[in-house]
Amino acid sequence: MPTEAAELVFDEATKVYPGRDGAAVDHLSLTVPAGEICVLVGPSGGGKTTALKLVNRLIPLTSGDIRIDGTSIQDHDLTELRRGIGYVIQQVGLFPHMTVEANIGTVPKLLGRPRSWIKARSAELLELVGLDPSYAKRFPAQLSGGERQRVGLARALAANPSLMLMDEPFGAIDPIVRARLQDEFLRLQRELRKTVVFVTHDVDEAMKVGDRIAILREGGRLAQYDTPEQILEHPVDEFVADFVGRDRALKALALRTLGELEPMDARGRSLDGMPRSPADTSLRDALALLVAEKRDALVVTDAEGLPLGVVTREDILR
Amino acid sequence: MTPQLRFADGGGPVIPDFGHGSDCLRNNGWFCPEWVKQHWSDILQPALVQHIELTVIAVSIGFAIAFLLALVGFRFRLFDAPLGAFTDFLYAIPSIALFQLLVPFTGLTVTTIEIALVSYTLFVFYRNIVEGLRSVPAEVLESAVGMGLTRRQTFWRVELPLAVPAILAGVRVATVSTISIATVAAFLLYYGLGGPIFDALAQPDIFRTELIAAGGLAILLALTADTALALLQRRLTPWSRTG
Repeated sequence: MPTEAAELVFDEATKVYPGRDGAAVDHLSLTVPAGEICVLVGPSGGGKTTALKLVNRLIPLTSGDIRIDGTSIQDHDLTELRRGIGYVIQQVGLFPHMTVEANIGTVPKLLGRPRSWIKARSAELLELVGLDPSYAKRFPAQLSGGERQRVGLARALAANPSLMLMDEPFGAIDPIVRARLQDEFLRLQRELRKTVVFVTHDVDEAMKVGDRIAILREGGRLAQYDTPEQILEHPVDEFVADFVGRDRALKALALRTLGELEPMDARGRSLDGMPRSPADTSLRDALALLVAEKRDALVVTDAEGLPLGVVTREDILR
Repeated sequence: MTPQLRFADGGGPVIPDFGHGSDCLRNNGWFCPEWVKQHWSDILQPALVQHIELTVIAVSIGFAIAFLLALVGFRFRLFDAPLGAFTDFLYAIPSIALFQLLVPFTGLTVTTIEIALVSYTLFVFYRNIVEGLRSVPAEVLESAVGMGLTRRQTFWRVELPLAVPAILAGVRVATVSTISIATVAAFLLYYGLGGPIFDALAQPDIFRTELIAAGGLAILLALTADTALALLQRRLTPWSRTG
């Protein structure tokens, strides 16, 4: 399905709640290029969720502007603006009295799509988010937490929005299912190429999901806006370094895979007894394997398990 | 001593003929089926039909009024407490007193009975409708608004449907209690199942068969209505019994 992603620009966007000291979001300026995932991350009180809700005007701006493909959100009709933006929240907020299909069809129905279109679209989206078509007639109470969040994602995608807002979408889900949902979300995103603003308080999730990460500090000020690699390797100040954690070197390793290194030619060497790891293993996991096995090198294999070459501890740490 | 009871024209106690009936009737037995058979069409059936009419009209009008009040109380929180207190106050008036209070205005009429019955339903309806509308989880409202539903759409498509279980629970309580309170209306006017009940009570020694037949019909009516409404509730809210 073709889709035009939108460019999103925060231009000195500011939110001050009346009667409260200081701003919740303070002159936030950043550009999310079309088709990229921008993660807003930071400590509580950093204004991440406020910044997100400024975009679909659930919270009105105090000053500054936000533009979607060059048009100010203030110049959009409010309901049209919201119907054109996919919105996913932590508690999902599925309508309990509607079937999965009706939930997914909410916005298309408001936009006047016929029933047959909604039926087909809902089946298509269920498949996309990895649910069996038989889920269409179920009610939210019959779903697990992970399944609900998948339906929430499908519902947000239903009207093919050019922009998605996701507020801690996987925050209430247990770690194993969360990791799987993250992976599937990234797979989806490679296909759909939406512009996404994604709020989380989890640094690891931010590093995994984000094309770019905006770190907000207390008072809603932008501390750093950069790619995960740049933030881990070159934090602009103490706050960012602290926030991403002492293990930021390890986190940086988690962003790369063995396949990105150039393994030494394995021919002529005895590979017996050396640990083996497929090429899509992250450097962090590979290092953990070496530490656990008390070895200095491992064999990188392809998907079939055939050796591609040897990688040493020094290669990983370089 | 026989209590002083007033009856409207055309009604009046049916005095059992102790001399000619069966043994059961002559001895004022607990329940004589032959009397029920004899007087089904001239006493019991008309009373039952009237009773159903009283109830359906009172519950319908009460619901309509309470719904409008609840809309106000739900939308404007400021009015919620006063409206709640008002329906509470109406509910607290003893029914016999309320019937009497209304007589100078609307006379010994079915209208008087209906006004009293309607005012009793308001309390149950008002609370249940407002609480039902308020019970919608915050995240459901947030996603509705975030997806671009207007206020009106949010109300009709999300808040009201989700309030249906609470509202129907209110309808059940209001219906059963109206059926019960409506029997007291015969204190005012020979109408509904209260008519034969008061008749029976007015007999020396109380005419047991008539009392039990009419009272039993009222109970049966209440149970039937409650069951029917419970089934309706299941049908209307398939989503609430899953999970």
